[in-house]
Amino acid sequence: MDLQLDSFEGLAMPLFDQLYNFAHWLTQNREEAEDLVQETYAKALKGFSSFELGTNFRAWMYRILRNTFLTSRKGLKITMTVPLDLEDEEGFDLAVEHATPETVLLARSSHELVQSALDELPLHYREILLLSEVEEMSYREISEALVVPIGTVMSRLSRARQTLRSRLRPHLQQGAGTLAIAKGTNHGL
Amino acid sequence: MVCEELEAKLDSYVDGEVPEQEMRTFDAHMRSCPSCSADALSRVQMKSAIHGAGKRYTPSAEFRKRMQQKIAAKPRRSFGLGWTFAAAAAAIIVIGALTSAYLGTRSGKDQVFSEIADLHVATLASSSPVDVISTDRHTVKPWFQGKIPFAFNLPELQNSEFSLLGGRMTYLEQTPGAHLIYDVRKHHISVFVFQERSLQARLDENPISPKQLPFTLETWTQGGLRYFVIGDASAADIDNLARLFKAAV
Repeated sequence: MDLQLDSFEGLAMPLFDQLYNFAHWLTQNREEAEDLVQETYAKALKGFSSFELGTNFRAWMYRILRNTFLTSRKGLKITMTVPLDLEDEEGFDLAVEHATPETVLLARSSHELVQSALDELPLHYREILLLSEVEEMSYREISEALVVPIGTVMSRLSRARQTLRSRLRPHLQQGAGTLAIAKGTNHGL
Repeated sequence: MVCEELEAKLDSYVDGEVPEQEMRTFDAHMRSCPSCSADALSRVQMKSAIHGAGKRYTPSAEFRKRMQQKIAAKPRRSFGLGWTFAAAAAAIIVIGALTSAYLGTRSGKDQVFSEIADLHVATLASSSPVDVISTDRHTVKPWFQGKIPFAFNLPELQNSEFSLLGGRMTYLEQTPGAHLIYDVRKHHISVFVFQERSLQARLDENPISPKQLPFTLETWTQGGLRYFVIGDASAADIDNLARLFKAAV
């Protein structure tokens, strides 16, 4: 293996921006995000000798960051109030809403709306959407980062999307004039 | 039928997580079914909206610089594994040393050697063996300023087989000193530097030949400082590093 790539710096620094973004989304505070990233790198460096080469380094880093956050004061507060495996609990069932293009088609100009909707999502929905859509991780990678089975990744992701969609819908209807509703386009497919 | 099948797997489909064969079936269906293709389109656009909105925060330049400095020139993986192997040796040596100390059969001089050996192996077993990680003597030497009550010179290693891995502060009999770690052919060698007068009561011979130690150890006094070079490398390597230090003073 390339010696440069084999070094901690060579592997970890390219992930700096995305880990910071993720940390800021979790903590919702710049200072706490910096502390979280710093602690993640310190822990990763310390445990680097136990990292198995050939396995997914990115998922490993996200796992460390997330575990560090969940054991922080803010993380513990969240996990104490909201069970992480909400979707596995009996009786929790989100109504399946049949999406129609008119209600959910979003234009690129709706960043702020989506950002505030993401901010208001429960942590376990927010993080899985970020890993899937922003980091473009595969289901397998997400399952390694969150330490859950792939089946849970699929069900949690599906519920996260449904929740976000249902929360965006009233805004879309109210603010239809300000949102460019994409009709008759087929880009992305 | 495909519509029903697809609806259940639409998320996996837009995430590209269905098997290739199934993917082709769904692709073909999309071209002929306006309802499914509109649904898929809305999901893809939602993904794209989150993708754009989710890239929201960027680290400050100051924070990036701080982190880069922190992790720059950190040890490579193979280096880390070295410590793991050293840990096994450390456990054996530390137990051995403790047993010997308990039995109280050693002379004061041998106890100092034993302590030096303990410091060497315990440090190598640590997950962060050095506090200043650098191969540059001009980085390592200034690091000790203000931390230890004396100054010393580090040898130039160009054209030698040795490489500096870093350094840390250490204590021997409550006396602060410098601990440097060098690498030669995958062997780690420790160099300890203390003020001779602080150790006078324990070491009155010069040079001293160590007895019954599982390491090669060389020690001498120069310019009021006591040097120890210890490691599991060959006696010739230990001697060569000692010569470099003697020449550097």
